[in-house]
Amino acid sequence: MVATQTTRDTVGESRAESLAQAFRWMLLARALDEKMANLYRGGRIHGGVFLGRGQEALSVSIGMALRPGDIFAPLIRDLAGRLAFGEPVLDAVRTHLGSVLGPMRGRDGNIHRGRPRAGLYVMISHLGAMISVVNGALLARRLQGRSGTVGATCIGDGGTSTGAFHEALNQAAVERLPLVLVIADNQYAYSTPTSRQYACASLLDRAKGYGVDGHGVDGTDLSACLATLNTAVRRAREGHGPQMVVASLLRLCGHGEHDDAFYVDPRLKESPLGRDCLAVAEQQVLAAGAASPAQIQQWRSQVQQEIEAAVAQVQQEPAPDPYAERWEAISTTRLLDQFAST
Amino acid sequence: MSITYLEAIRAAQAKALAEDPRVFIYGQDVGAFGGAFKATKNLQQEFPGRVLDAPISEDAILGAAVGAAIEGMRPIVEIQFADFSTVAFNQIVNQAATLFWRTGVPCPIVVRLPSGGTLGSGPFHSQSMEALYAHYPGLIVMTPATVEDAYSMLLEAVAIDDPVIFCEHKFLYYHLKAEALPETALPAGRARITRPGRDLSLVTYSAMVHEALAAAEELAAEGAELEIVDLRSVKPLDTDTIMASVARTGRLLAVGEAWPWGGVTAEIVARVAAEGFNLLDAPPQRLNAKDTPIPFHPNLWAAHRPTARSIAEAARKLLRL
Repeated sequence: MVATQTTRDTVGESRAESLAQAFRWMLLARALDEKMANLYRGGRIHGGVFLGRGQEALSVSIGMALRPGDIFAPLIRDLAGRLAFGEPVLDAVRTHLGSVLGPMRGRDGNIHRGRPRAGLYVMISHLGAMISVVNGALLARRLQGRSGTVGATCIGDGGTSTGAFHEALNQAAVERLPLVLVIADNQYAYSTPTSRQYACASLLDRAKGYGVDGHGVDGTDLSACLATLNTAVRRAREGHGPQMVVASLLRLCGHGEHDDAFYVDPRLKESPLGRDCLAVAEQQVLAAGAASPAQIQQWRSQVQQEIEAAVAQVQQEPAPDPYAERWEAISTTRLLDQFAST
Repeated sequence: MSITYLEAIRAAQAKALAEDPRVFIYGQDVGAFGGAFKATKNLQQEFPGRVLDAPISEDAILGAAVGAAIEGMRPIVEIQFADFSTVAFNQIVNQAATLFWRTGVPCPIVVRLPSGGTLGSGPFHSQSMEALYAHYPGLIVMTPATVEDAYSMLLEAVAIDDPVIFCEHKFLYYHLKAEALPETALPAGRARITRPGRDLSLVTYSAMVHEALAAAEELAAEGAELEIVDLRSVKPLDTDTIMASVARTGRLLAVGEAWPWGGVTAEIVARVAAEGFNLLDAPPQRLNAKDTPIPFHPNLWAAHRPTARSIAEAARKLLRL
């Protein structure tokens, strides 16, 4: 059965601790993003910097709803979700600064980082391509007789226009896989507005079209995001098939730090979509009695210290050495001799 | 006992499924129907739950194979026609081919591509994609020309921890027969001298091996001995065997069914010219399909791809140089 609904704030005081935890991850993600942006402006970053500003509430809710053993294939604005899923701050800093000790060893960087064996999949830049990869992982778990896994992945409104998105969503629905597909409907794909991206009334219509459950949520509202993602992940885990979450929000930055986002309609910034989810979350934390203003100030200072320490450490680490590099694209050692002459 | 190239492919899949619980088959119509060419006939009944019909979604099929491989499975993907793999091109060359390099996590998938032309197949059911995939780092590209190689190389492909593009030739499915399946085999990356000769090295692979053999027969009647090198896999490419053959004959003709531009035959000629220029008694030559889409009508198709006749003619010209 297809259920399409909009979830309101349902987090009560009993959820105060998860609210506080989510807020701490959001603080860390925002501060880490800002630090990387500063380093980018100082010419210290290899590659671009792409912020999750304005999407942290949604993203952190994904990471928190998942549990160890689950699979998460994040997209570029999912730093908060990555951290909540267990990605070390060092992984983020090392890939941005080009440390050879990072998970990608300088071979791929920044937002493309991950640890597949730990369930944190590495994205490629071709939007929509990760959805079927998560499907395959879930299919594998089923074939292995391992139940209870959920796989989550994210995409923006622009990515919903790709063939890969449609093929994979249909595939997940046909196989009734425990996939949670999260769409950050953040109003712009780079500079292209949603009006040039899709013509249906709501992206939730896509869920109906494929026979999967759809959940709409206000992406600026942490409480609502936590509740919605918990529901979606629980339903996927319980065997109700793929779950699609569509979060409405506004990207509060350019596509990357090279982009001043001149094209963003000012009316959107002033609309409810343009609320900063971090400020909303802070109000919710205070209102729920989950922390005092002094505690929040202390958290801000702690996350800043953690980030500065990580950056200081990574700045001492070696860059990849092209002469020590193993220039081998395959793992089958007995074939490497032949490849070497190729 | 007599077994066809197609039956060898089926037998290899059955053996892989029987011996390794990590193996499963995923593709369009591979289940109860047994595949468009029946390469998976009866396998679903024999291995319930491990031969899965997929929606018509090549991109999603290959993406899922990569995800399953990350989780420790060894998927065999059947693409109905090699031509349709272009829909999955992104997942093959950007996802599967880069995974190990980027993350250190191997990607053991086999992509079976029914390749090459058959009578009346036309532009979208006849293409040879081996050069395209060989161009990308991270992929192994196999092109078996015999029943025995179809069997042993498919088993090897399943055992390899990297993505293997397995270009099986549709024309050979029913045209080739062997008495028995082999117990042992040459490994991928090693070429075979299919027919020894002293006058000209004819380096080729897949269905063109058989056209080349027929051409060699024709020229033998005229007193010329062609040495035929079957590459077996185009990546890795066995440059040593090619070079040793050219050292014996002093002449190179590279033949491929695929298009000429930047392809496998171009690679062979480039290597021999660069590394074995002093071995050559004549300029190295190549013969490919014409540089147009593949025609439908049998008259046009017969002239489009290399055949025994056109190969023999190219060899005669080269012998006169």
